[in-house]
Parts: sequence; C-alpha cells; structure tokens
Amino acid sequence: MTSLRVGTLDQPAEAGRSRPDEPLLEVTGLCVDYGIGPDAVHAVLDADLVLHRGEVLGLAGESGSGKSTFAYAATRLLRAPGVITGGSVRFHLGQGDDIDLLAADEAQLRRLRWAHIAVVMQSAMNALNPVMSIGDQLGDVLQAHRPDMDRAARRDRAVQLLDMVGITADRLRSYPHELSGGMRQRVMIAMALALEPQMVIMDEPTTALDVVTQREILEELTALRDRLGFAVLFITHDLSLLIEIADSIAIMYGGRIAERARATALFRAPRHPYTLGLLGSFPSLHGPRVHMTGIAGSPPDLRNPPTGCPFHPRCGYVMERCRTELPPLRPVARADAADPRVAACWLQDGSAPPPAELARPAPDPGPYPGPGVSGTPADTEGGAA
Amino acid sequence: MTAPSAAPALPVTGVPVLEARSLVKHFPVHRKGRRTQRGAMVHAVDDVSIAVPEASITAVVGESGCGKSTLTQMLARLIRPTSGELLLSGSPAARRSAREYAGQVQMVLQDPFASLNLVHTVRYHLARPLRIHGLGPDGNSLDDEITSLLERVALSPQNADKYPHELSGGQRQRVAIARALAVRPRVLLADEPVSMLDVSIRLGVLNLLADLRERERLAILYVTHDIASARYLGDTIAVMYAGQIIERGPAVTVTDQPSHPYTQLLLAAAPDPDRPSPAALRGRGAPPSLVSPPAGCRFHPRCPYAMAICAQQAPPSIKVASGHVSACWLHAKDAAPDTPQNPGPVSGPIPLTTTSQQDSRPPQGEST
Repeated sequence: MTSLRVGTLDQPAEAGRSRPDEPLLEVTGLCVDYGIGPDAVHAVLDADLVLHRGEVLGLAGESGSGKSTFAYAATRLLRAPGVITGGSVRFHLGQGDDIDLLAADEAQLRRLRWAHIAVVMQSAMNALNPVMSIGDQLGDVLQAHRPDMDRAARRDRAVQLLDMVGITADRLRSYPHELSGGMRQRVMIAMALALEPQMVIMDEPTTALDVVTQREILEELTALRDRLGFAVLFITHDLSLLIEIADSIAIMYGGRIAERARATALFRAPRHPYTLGLLGSFPSLHGPRVHMTGIAGSPPDLRNPPTGCPFHPRCGYVMERCRTELPPLRPVARADAADPRVAACWLQDGSAPPPAELARPAPDPGPYPGPGVSGTPADTEGGAA
Repeated sequence: MTAPSAAPALPVTGVPVLEARSLVKHFPVHRKGRRTQRGAMVHAVDDVSIAVPEASITAVVGESGCGKSTLTQMLARLIRPTSGELLLSGSPAARRSAREYAGQVQMVLQDPFASLNLVHTVRYHLARPLRIHGLGPDGNSLDDEITSLLERVALSPQNADKYPHELSGGQRQRVAIARALAVRPRVLLADEPVSMLDVSIRLGVLNLLADLRERERLAILYVTHDIASARYLGDTIAVMYAGQIIERGPAVTVTDQPSHPYTQLLLAAAPDPDRPSPAALRGRGAPPSLVSPPAGCRFHPRCPYAMAICAQQAPPSIKVASGHVSACWLHAKDAAPDTPQNPGPVSGPIPLTTTSQQDSRPPQGEST
C-alpha cells in the first residue's frame, strides 16, 4: 500500500529507486514568478523535488537562488506578488490519501498547515509574538487545532514540548525578549512540533545563532527527528553544515535545481560545476592551507537571466552548447542504481567523459542514512530496553 | 606616497604597526531598576593586548558579544578605551589628531549595503577621503587616482559612475575596501567583511585582503566569527571569549592543536563536512553575563576541565609553544595534577579528540 504512486507521476527517476519508503511531498515542474506580465521575475523555474518520509532534505543556494520561494510556494505560503504559474505539488497524508496542494482551497490548507506541515522561520524574534508569553503562544496553537483539549491538558502539552527542546517549565511565563536567541529558536521548534507534523520546513533556522548554539540545536533536532520521524526541508546557504546534517541535498541556482544527490556523494563527488565551486568556497578546518578561489562573477540577475544554462557565465567548463541550450535536470550518465542522482549539466549527458573533478567516484552509499520507516531506537542513553 | 618612514626599511620584526596594551572598555549600564545596582558596568573588553604587525593578517575570532567589535572600534579610535594604551608605530596614538590617525588606520565595515551612501556614486565615495586628507590631484588627476583605486580592488574603472544599488554585494564590499585604501593607510581593520556576502563570492574578497597584505604590506586585523575563514586567511589567530583573548598563536597551530578548552569547543561546533564522527561538544551553555562576569577564568562555569583554581584566579597567558599562548591553568607548570574533579591533562596541548576517560560524568555502568 505504500508504493501506490511511485512511478506514476513524472518525477525524477531517482525517487522510486533510491528508497523503499514512500514520498511525502512531490513537487513537479514548479514555476513561481514575482509580478505578472512581461516584467515578471521568474524566481523558480521548472523545479522537481521529492521529499520522502522521515528524510532531511537540504535545499542549498545563494541568496536569490529561489530556495525559500520554492519552499513557500510548494506549501502555499507564498504571498503576493509571488504567483505560482505552473507545476504540481502533491502531499501524501498516508494510507493512499493525498492532496494536490496547488488546487487545495483555504479550508483544506487550514487543516493541513501546522498539523501536517509546520514551518520554523529564520527570525524567531519576528515570528514570536512579543506581547504573549511562551506558554500562551503554545497554548494558542493547541486551542486552535485541538479544540477538545482543556486548559490543563494544553498546559501539560506545552510543558512537554518545551521539555523536548531542553527548556524548563518555569519558562512558560517568559516573554520572547527574556529568552536568548538560542532559546527563542528552540521555542520555535517546539511550536512547530506541537501537532506532530509529518513535515517541517526550516528556513535558515540557525543562521543568526552562534556556532555552539547552532550545533546544540542541530543535535537536538536530529534526536527529535529520529524519535518522531518527521521529514525536514532544511533551507540554508551553508553547504558545509548541510553536508553534516542532511540525508540528501538539492542545490539551487538561478531559480532552478542544479543537482540533487545524497549528502556524502554530493560532498565527495559533485557532478555540477556550481556544486564544485560552492564546495570550494568553504575553507577547510584541516590539512594544509590551499589557495581557494570561490566562484568568479556574481549570481545571476533574475530580471535579466542569462540564456542557456543559468550558470554558464561563471562556469569554468563552459561549452558552446551551454550558452544557448538549457540543460535538463536528469540522471547523471553512468550513475548506477546504487547511487542514483540528478544534475542539470551538459557535461554529464554521457556524450563525452566529464572533467576529472566532476567524475570522482562516489563513496559507497551504504544503507540510506535516513531513519528507517521501521523506527530506530534513537535514545542514545537508555538504549537497553 | 609620503608615508612617514619612521620604521626601518627592512622587514619590521620589532615594532608592530598598531599595538594595543591592556585595553579595557566598560560601558555603564543606564537602567532604572531594582535588580541593577548603581554603577553597574558591562565589561565588554577586559585587559586585551594585541599587536598587528606589518604585512600580516591577524584574525580575531569569537562569538557574538565577546567584545571583538568593541575592540575593533577602540583600535579605530571610534570609542575611547576606559583604560589601556594604543601605540601606532611604537608611539602613543593619543598624541595624534583623529584625522592623522585615520590617515594611518582605516576600517571596513560588515555591511556594504549600509556602509555606502545610496545617493552617491562610487566616484564620490572614493574622492571624498582623497579630498579630506589632502591627497587630491597633485600631478595625476583625481580620475587617475580613482581608477587606480578601483584596479587595486580588482574592479573595472567603468564602475566609478555607478550607484551602490547597481553593484553586487561583493562589488560593494570592494568599493568599501577601496575607500579605506584611498588614504594609503598602514592598518586595515576589517570587521566581519564577508559575513553579509554570498558564499560563492566571499573567498574573492578574502583573497583580495590576502593580496593587499602582500602587495601593499598592509597590517590587517580580520574580525570574524568563522574560525575556518580565520584559519584560511590569518597569519595569527586570537580567540576572544567574554571580553578577553584566551588563546593566540599561528593560525594553523591554533586550529590544529587548540590548547584552550573554549577554542576546542568552537572548533568542535564549527561546520565541518570532513569530520569523521559526530561532533562532541564539551562545555555547552552560553557565555556569561558581562555585567558581573564570573571570578577567575571567565570560561570556568562551562569548562569540562575546571579546577579549583579556575574559579578563584584569572589565568595568565601561558606559553604552550613558540608564539602560542593560552590563558588556561591547565597549561601552568604547577597545575595540581591530582585535583579530584580534573582527571584531564595538565600540561601540553589538550588533544582535541578527548577520550571518555576525561569525561567528568561517571560512566553509565556505574550510575545504575
């Protein structure tokens, strides 16, 4: 019953093979504009992405690459002047029940939001209500979505949620300004998990935090994910962080998905020149110091996008074909079934061997790093049950 | 072109261009409330000494609130230290006028979207320091001077007549650097110069700073929260915590053999795809309140190796290797090796990959 729709939709070929578990969110050909008419800016173009149950999918890209727009459009959170101009988004509730998010009406979306899809915003200070206590804000969510809970039950649940993210119950009466940045972000995570959603969108959740706090929150998040089994769409510009925490990573550039692969495969064996350049933009903490160059040029102006491949003006491997023809996102030539991955680059179409830097052997993928649907005992301390 | 050549022409090893000795900055807390005593102070920077030598990059690394920006502003003489001394080429900076000092020490700010004036062209931004400091057209015209400034930061001269909004983030930061270079300074203070830029163009700006160090023998202070970029760019790294420098040494040594537990914590928390196993944080928690900082070592409430002395006496800077100092009692020669709470190492660099025997918590088997 789980594999009802795998293969029936026009999705990247990787989806059906890479994991036995079912997809949760399937995005096909999503297009988003800002504004309408001839002056519209195409912020997301023909983006395909599949998020599986329990998976941490990283969405990385520079500012203006369309990563946040993609996530907000796919969940119908996009506000005007953003307009969804095409594509389909299906959310699978389970038991063969699925919803076309782009066709859903307000009432359907209302039932879906928070209960099934929750969002953790980047700026906790702006996302939390400054004049309501933490306890009241958590209670508010529960009151709206779980009308059968009484006041005491709501309070118990709020305590439980705060405890889950390592905040003591005496903070229920605190106001957002009384909490540190890390605690505010933890409250945001607790609120997002209040109704046990199947999917959590995290939009740069730790960007404004110090590294130690960031690491603590990511550890907690990983433990919660292992325990509760929700899927995460993690949006960030920090690829080095994403490689550590994500199961698989999609790289966006100029509104399009440039490459998608497992995190380790993407790190050890990138297939798209932009991914290679991005990896070369993060200095290492080990080994001899080597001169690194980053990527020449600057990100594309979406009002005036380049023809052909959006990356070609900055690409070191540019060919004549790249200037005129847009490379489709498709399985990398010579990819084996054990390492299915997609890239949008003419170098990878199999007509000629790609440059050595873009053809490194992928590491042994091993078992898929996501939590199995069977559920693993995540608690590291009390594992002897 | 007429830089005062007080220093010998040979590579300067003795006198750093800019030196701070025991800088202290306390900000008074102006708050009416029962909980805050009168005369309470935020100890933003306490007893910090730092030297910025010619043709080198000194990286200052720390988390937000550690005092690194306050330190930079004191070095730029934007704020007056509570106490301490600032030496420019070996002579007290206080003797110089603000303008004379600014002719030698320039600053690049974090946000190039805010530090450039939106209603003025690039040309205006670059001509202004030239005029103010009397470096205007003498012999060569102002246009030539502006062209050469833009070329020094790898921008095409056609950008001179553009407005900031017509430039990308990386180009704007290059303009801000060119503006700082206009007065031919000897010291460049760069406060988080790349943290607002897109990742793919950060290295371009960092490499520009490295070039300026080589080409123009600039003394550069690079302030950042990103220890990986400090390792990449810096010759020396100074790590700040709660208003103090707690470790200083050659960049690669500090990151490869960190000797202070806080530096180890920072490195363990930094994103690192090469990490073989998940990071183990030792010293969780948050920095202390700087209104009433902890007695002794300011890191001791979080420190996994804290000893009795750490709560009583502030550790001095202890030499752990040539040019590498650490403000930690673990490195003192006479550190009590048999302190019961401290089964950790007592001298020499603490290995970054500490084993569980140094864990202060009892092993799990004994607890049940």
